[in-house]
Amino acid sequence: MVLIDRYVRPKSLEEAYELLTSVKGARIIGGFTFMRLGTVNIPLLIDLQDLGLDFIREGEDFIEIGATVKLGDVERSEVIQKHFDGFLSKTVKYIWSVQLRNIATVGGTVFARFGFSDFITSLLVLNTKVKLYRNGEMLLEDFLESRVSRDILVSLKIEKEERKAKFRFMRNSFYDFSILNVAVSAKVENGRLGGFRIAIGARPGIAKLAKKAMEYLEKNGLSPETISKASDLSAEEMEFGTDIRGDAEYRKMICPVLVRRALNDILSESSGGNRS
Amino acid sequence: MKMGLKINGEFKEFDVDPSTTLLDLLREAGYMSVRRACDTGTCGVCTVLMDGKPVLSCAILALSADGHEITTVEGLKDDEDFQRLLDLFLSEGVDQCGYCNPGFLITAYAMKRELKNPTDEEIKMYLVGNLCRCSGYVGQMRALKKYLGVEE
Repeated sequence: MVLIDRYVRPKSLEEAYELLTSVKGARIIGGFTFMRLGTVNIPLLIDLQDLGLDFIREGEDFIEIGATVKLGDVERSEVIQKHFDGFLSKTVKYIWSVQLRNIATVGGTVFARFGFSDFITSLLVLNTKVKLYRNGEMLLEDFLESRVSRDILVSLKIEKEERKAKFRFMRNSFYDFSILNVAVSAKVENGRLGGFRIAIGARPGIAKLAKKAMEYLEKNGLSPETISKASDLSAEEMEFGTDIRGDAEYRKMICPVLVRRALNDILSESSGGNRS
Repeated sequence: MKMGLKINGEFKEFDVDPSTTLLDLLREAGYMSVRRACDTGTCGVCTVLMDGKPVLSCAILALSADGHEITTVEGLKDDEDFQRLLDLFLSEGVDQCGYCNPGFLITAYAMKRELKNPTDEEIKMYLVGNLCRCSGYVGQMRALKKYLGVEE
């Protein structure tokens, strides 16, 4: 059960940050969907909904998504849908239920660094930066590995580029968390694929980039042979753990399968073939 | 703490403990169509519309809903389109125990306003968060396809 002593809706980021850092145990509410499942006493809960961070806007080089945007709004956004062949909207559509996506926020998901998150895995393959009130901008992959905690996520900035991206997951049923999730992407430049990115999440730890596999593809290009090798490399370089949804050995075995399928999707689309 | 909500078109003021969920507030205020079951954001029986979108009232703090507009089944009783949905649930024999009905009805009502000519797969995906322990999904799909005008 969650017991909350005090609830506030600050009117500025400055006020929110002051409250967060001056009250011991103060927490920021994202959507409350996951927080409410815990047993915790929160002396001060800070709700950011009055700060005007519920925007999705398209700049010249970036798409910017405010921290209080709901996952459902990411799914429905025309701006999000028109980039990366709708990759991010399609991924979000597979997260839990319509009702939950209309509550859960982008900031609540990313800042909490949820290991089970499909959204974070997908963002990792899109050259995403987080914009923090105090620590400024940093790459999402750096933020995920950092210890930044007493700060406020203002927005996500996703680089606009011609990039093909695919997402795959393994679940016991559709309406469940992923036992393992995988996202891959490749930049398209002058008809050639490069800038490969592979992210693996729900291991069950927080999603990470498979850097050795990415470097291998960068050097050797994308072909049926290199896909097979890169898929194996990605499983070798990751740590996997055991939880209620699956054990480490199982996750390690299905990892190369999901990576291979996702990379094959990119290869078949880029070559106009029907490989699956 | 003091807060205000527009529920079914009527503005109401409440004095709540900060830990109160929207589900607790609505039931204590007499909106009994809003049900409690899993209380973990999974089953969908507590679904209401917040600013026109379906949400889980068990997973929202009452204070976070302050200033928003809430619609429950009680607020749709004079809505012709909603009445048609109710009639279809009756004529297609959807009801079994009926406990999940309000949540299903609210979500289906929202789906009609969000999806145009949905496929069977899209209907199922939209309703994935509404669980029926009697597993009466076949009847529900039959009624919903008529309601959505996507009969084969």
